[in-house]
Amino acid sequence: MHRAERRWLQAGIATLIAFLALIGVAALHDDIVPPSHVETIDPTRVAETPPFDKPGLRQTGPHSYEAYIVAHIFSFDPAHLTVPAGARVTFYATSPDVVHGFFIPGTAVNMMVVPGWVSSATHTFRRAGTYLMLCNEYCGAGHHFMYGAIDVR
Amino acid sequence: MNEQSEARENRLVLAHLFLAMAALTVGAALGLLQALSRAGWMSLPRWFDYYRILTAHGVLNALVFTTFFICGLATLMTYRAIPRSRSLVVGWLAFWVMLLGTVMAAHAILSGKASVLYTFYAPLKASPLFYIGTTLLVVGTWIVLADLAGNALWLSRNRPGERLPLVVHGSVTTFVMWFIATLGVAAEMLFFLIPWSLGWTPTVNVMLTRILFWYFGHPLVYFWIMGAYLVWYNILPQFYHGRIFSDALTRLVFLLLLLLSTPVGLHHEFLEPGIAAGWKWLHTMTTYGVVIPSIMTAFAVFASFEMAARRAGVRGLFRTIAWLPWTNPAFAGPAFGMILFIFGGLGGVVNASYAMDTLVHNTMWIVGHFHVTVGAPVALTFLGISYWMIPRLLGTTLWAPKLALAQTWTWFVGMGIMSTAMHWAGLLGSPRRTDNVAYFGSTVAAAWMPQVHWAAIGGIILLLSMLLFVIVMVGTLRMPRTQSQPMTFASPEEEAMAPAPVLDHIGRWAAVAIALALLAYAGPIHELLEAHAYGAAGMRTW
Repeated sequence: MHRAERRWLQAGIATLIAFLALIGVAALHDDIVPPSHVETIDPTRVAETPPFDKPGLRQTGPHSYEAYIVAHIFSFDPAHLTVPAGARVTFYATSPDVVHGFFIPGTAVNMMVVPGWVSSATHTFRRAGTYLMLCNEYCGAGHHFMYGAIDVR
Repeated sequence: MNEQSEARENRLVLAHLFLAMAALTVGAALGLLQALSRAGWMSLPRWFDYYRILTAHGVLNALVFTTFFICGLATLMTYRAIPRSRSLVVGWLAFWVMLLGTVMAAHAILSGKASVLYTFYAPLKASPLFYIGTTLLVVGTWIVLADLAGNALWLSRNRPGERLPLVVHGSVTTFVMWFIATLGVAAEMLFFLIPWSLGWTPTVNVMLTRILFWYFGHPLVYFWIMGAYLVWYNILPQFYHGRIFSDALTRLVFLLLLLLSTPVGLHHEFLEPGIAAGWKWLHTMTTYGVVIPSIMTAFAVFASFEMAARRAGVRGLFRTIAWLPWTNPAFAGPAFGMILFIFGGLGGVVNASYAMDTLVHNTMWIVGHFHVTVGAPVALTFLGISYWMIPRLLGTTLWAPKLALAQTWTWFVGMGIMSTAMHWAGLLGSPRRTDNVAYFGSTVAAAWMPQVHWAAIGGIILLLSMLLFVIVMVGTLRMPRTQSQPMTFASPEEEAMAPAPVLDHIGRWAAVAIALALLAYAGPIHELLEAHAYGAAGMRTW
């Protein structure tokens, strides 16, 4: 192998290893991992299955909340949430029909919502303001009407 | 090898290439309609709605254009490198099966029965015609593999001791990789989607179909890239009186792509429930692995440039760049593609970076990413090299080479503007695959609308570029067919060491590739099956 080629490859592979190490440290030390909740639910009985029979926000501690969201064609239930600034919200979402997305631009809440499964992600809303929550997976003719808002006060 | 039988072979290759170009042209026009609708500059009628057009754009440009072009290219390389009198029955059978499948799928999409996008995620339920059509398109490519492999076997049987020519090695390796990858989507279609869409099975296991799709979905993009690499390694050096950097390295790059393209698909499913984070981490690492053959290719291509320049007495970075044949459209197209691919590669590393994908998943960033991968290095390489291949296949010369050069420039500029705007809009949060992204005056959405408008401007330039290409091709078709120019491929720099014969045993490497794919997927698929997930009935939501 050519000397220049060997150096080039060494530099490239070293960069890749450095990146992997950074991601690894972030995952193990800071718990920065992609949403990977494993829980099944009967998609034909979402409306009767607690806690999705009463979707919405529950307070679970001084600053912590759980939000249960049903994503269906073509809206979120509930489509509007209000939380105080500093609230740490764990979202749980599922779908009774087709695959949807659940995405809050400006945050790291971004997950696929698959019928038969419950997805989950957590975010602390530090800054007040109105956040958009939208479906970012194509779900049908009304896909672009599928959005809601989170008011952080 | 007489000219007559060569002309017969050329007709088969031309059929593939022209079909590919027709698909790209129609797909590009539909792409512009999307960009204009998304920007709010036009509204699409109900009978030709955004999502129907989006499905057609994705299928035509990502599947039909690329597949037909690569089939034509690999067939041409293999036939020219192994001159013999051969039957074209298998080759034409492949073409007609692929065409039949394409027509079926296109009919289903255009009549509005299959607005499921080119990823056709269940439980969106399309007409069976769509699933059967796309499956036939894939099955046709398996026949192409049989034809290519048959020719390679003929060579080893009838010319013992002769090395497998580099272009044949690359072509066959590309199609073996493709075959292993398409087993995933074939299983998804045959065992799940087709019986379900015909009403034979009531429900479908959604996560299983998704994992099978992405088992195929990522190597699909490497199939495109390998097609471009075939051109970069084997054809391009002739335009600057250069040689291939290394025979052994080239073979190794294709074999590494065969091994590493498949066990990576979960990086498309980072944000999905039902797959434990550990499996996603495993696929993060393997995805980083498949970067290595691309790093090697970057070196080999630039080294080939520099060595040729030095032989011509040119030294220095800028002088070498200026010395390259930028006025030759067949060189400029692929070279512009390489420049954009630098950003495609960097963005790809971001997407593959595990939790970092959360910031960009299903945003316009991803759309920007694949427009600077398949839309730039692959499309520009295929369009550019057509200016060299098509006249030779027709036995004529290129009409209006300056117009062809203008086409490569406009594509480069248009794609540069469009993909930059898309990446930017995505970082601001604009979702992909969504018609009206203004969200009815939302202040959050207002931030990304300027970028959405810039993307539409890029799209307009791209369609003009596409029209230039069509004009040049029509002009070339009308040229007198008198000149017969030889179709040759680049030869490697002289090497001290002959490449090891182990590099030519593609079958053994394929066995390792299958083993790696099984290792990467057995765990997550086993866990999905163990979860006894509920099936989904499926519906038509459009």
